[in-house]
Amino acid sequence: MRFILDAEQKLFGETLDKLLTEAGTPGVVRDWAAGTHEPGLALWRSLAGAGVLAIAVPEHAGGAGLLPVELVTAFHELGRHGAPGPYVETVAAAVLLDRLGDQPLTGVRGDGPLAAAWLPRIAEGTAVVSLTLPPAVPYALDADTAHLVLTADRQVLHTATPREPYRSLDPARRLFTVVPGDVPASGPAVAVAAAEAYDMGVLVCAAQLVGIGRRLLEVTVEYARTRRQFGRPIGEFQAVKHHLANALVGLEYARPLVHGAALACGSPDFPREVSAAKVAASEAAYTAAKIALQVHGAIGYTDEYDPTLLIRKARTLHTAWGSPTTHRARLITTLTRI
Amino acid sequence: MDLDLSAVEPFRAEVRAWLRAHVPATPLPSLETEEGFAAHRAWERELHAARLAVVSWPREYGGRDATPLEWLVFEEEYYAAGAPGRVGQNGINLLAPTLFQHGTPEQLARILPPMASGEVIWAQAWSEPGAGSDLASLRATATRADDGWLLNGQKTWSSRAAFADRGFGPFRSDPQAERHRGLTYLMFPLDADGITRRPIGRIDGKPAFAELFFDDVFVPDRDVIGRPGEGWRVAMSTTGNERGLTLRSPGRFLAAADRLLELWRAHGDPADTALRDRVADAWIKARAYRLKGFETISRTEDVGAESSINKIFWSELDLALHETALDLLGPDGELAGEWLEGYVFSLAGPIYAGTNEIQRDLIAERVLGLPRTGR
Ligand SMILES: Cc1cc2nc3c(=O)[nH]c(=O)nc-3n(C[C@H](O)[C@H](O)[C@H](O)COP(=O)(O)OP(=O)(O)OC[C@H]3O[C@@H](n4cnc5c(N)ncnc54)[C@H](O)[C@@H]3O)c2cc1C
Repeated sequence: MRFILDAEQKLFGETLDKLLTEAGTPGVVRDWAAGTHEPGLALWRSLAGAGVLAIAVPEHAGGAGLLPVELVTAFHELGRHGAPGPYVETVAAAVLLDRLGDQPLTGVRGDGPLAAAWLPRIAEGTAVVSLTLPPAVPYALDADTAHLVLTADRQVLHTATPREPYRSLDPARRLFTVVPGDVPASGPAVAVAAAEAYDMGVLVCAAQLVGIGRRLLEVTVEYARTRRQFGRPIGEFQAVKHHLANALVGLEYARPLVHGAALACGSPDFPREVSAAKVAASEAAYTAAKIALQVHGAIGYTDEYDPTLLIRKARTLHTAWGSPTTHRARLITTLTRI
Repeated sequence: MDLDLSAVEPFRAEVRAWLRAHVPATPLPSLETEEGFAAHRAWERELHAARLAVVSWPREYGGRDATPLEWLVFEEEYYAAGAPGRVGQNGINLLAPTLFQHGTPEQLARILPPMASGEVIWAQAWSEPGAGSDLASLRATATRADDGWLLNGQKTWSSRAAFADRGFGPFRSDPQAERHRGLTYLMFPLDADGITRRPIGRIDGKPAFAELFFDDVFVPDRDVIGRPGEGWRVAMSTTGNERGLTLRSPGRFLAAADRLLELWRAHGDPADTALRDRVADAWIKARAYRLKGFETISRTEDVGAESSINKIFWSELDLALHETALDLLGPDGELAGEWLEGYVFSLAGPIYAGTNEIQRDLIAERVLGLPRTGR
């Protein structure tokens, strides 16, 4: 087993980092928040061109095969740059559709077509998908930008129509309740597929959180080296040093859990491993965000400052896809089941 | 590098079977008492006879040339089996790595085999009353004598030095030199002429450490490690071991987290979600520490200053885990037993091996690259 990235996976991450840097992602985020989606959708297509979505889709459906380690590598970069849009949701939907494609369905419209129609488009980046998985994921993120909205409620899969959005702390995240429509599939297989989709969503959300935390630590270290007060860089003050060291400790131990959970994909331990990863990633990223804010002082509290985009996002993802408490409870339930 | 976990399964099975047959059914008396020290020394002998005392060492010194992965697996099995604490740990984890790096072939051949068998148990003598975190301010001296050195001064907080056989540490050999220079790293018998040992009770009263007074203690040249005057460099080369994986392997925390989970199953109140969350966190962190360990041994580059990150993590995990257990036990938490012994031990983790405040400074400066400031 590989507990560190290989050269190709590292290169993949670096390629995405470069792409997201050159795209001027913070500007794209601001446009997205203002309702101008085109730059964000263009970024979506170029990320898909680099393979970010193909690695969530099996080869028989036009993808590169479900590659969990590559996925967490990609989502780490999406996190570092704060790329806007329902990436997590689309990956979860890809897992959901693929799993249902495998199952004999008792649905109104039978099996097949939905997966066959959408998976290749997800892989190539021409379909943006959002979804809800109530109760854990009650809102469809950015459903107004999606070509397909799904809701998997226990044993019933619906296509859905978004209502008016709620505003989030992160203005680049617009959260929609949905009106369930057609039922392309129902039965126990839907619940199983939805559970797997949820776990994959939790995993990539955790990877995104670690990326957010890392980037916030990087920019905050840089800020502490250059911002001067009392005649010296604030990074010379021990209280500041210790804040930043604490942020690093949390992130350094969250990353192996995310990687380890990716390696456990497909094993019965996967749900418990993703819960562990999400708890650690949430706590580490949210802690890093609070430290970033504190060390920046007032500038970190402004709408104009780019790292603020990530500070806000860290808070929203802290409780999205299951709060740390939810995942701790799930973990203990799994571990103490005889 | 790939880690082949299935290839180490036969080794794991061998270790597990041996431990199952040999681990004492009732825990040995505390390592921190004279009686417990002797019992643990006997256990070291037994481990050594099975070539399990120092698996990662070369065969010629009593090891098995185990790979880092095999060593991690050994540790997992060792702690899962509830095997006794390692009375030889300061020699094995702190002195041996220094000798492997700086020792002469003669020193390796003379010192390592009896260390592996538990025949000679070593105590670390670094700290002094005036030199704790600021170790470089140490004042105990080594003065040149015929074919050797004369030690004078005082060391303190030396773990188990009241019962151990030999000690090692840095002494000031050149009083003129600047702080970090002019130190020499020496080994000496704890029962040498001129050494007075005074046991010091730790927080629960057990004589866990000792003060050492040196009055013209003679040490021959062959017991100097590295070159005279280079004691700081020699000493610092082991701090990575002390803070890194070797001193506190993942197996210890995985086993403790599993026991905590058992305790929760047996005594936990499902309505107490705050406590449940702490149990979950202990388990998650033990798991993170294991995965991080695999990551570390998969890397080719030296982890260097990153060992400070490790030290903070395990010491805080250990304390949180044991606190959770005591809270779970409620009114029984204060009663003598293995959880309490573990708790008392864990309380010191943030202090020894370089306090966590010092580690945070090191992380900020050496890993994150913040400006260095005088300490
Ligand atoms: C259980 C136990 C076992 C030990 N075993 C051994 C042993 O076998 N051999 C041995 O040589 N020593 C041993 N020690 C001693 C240990 O190495 C020292 O306790 C440690 O180095 C700290 O030194 P000190 O106790 O003098 O505390 P001090 O250095 O006086 O520190 C006191 C407090 O001040 C803080 N502080 C100090 N300097 C700074 C700074 N620059 N910035 C911020 N905060 C600072 C410290 O973090 C700490 O919180 C042991 C200690 C314990 C508790």
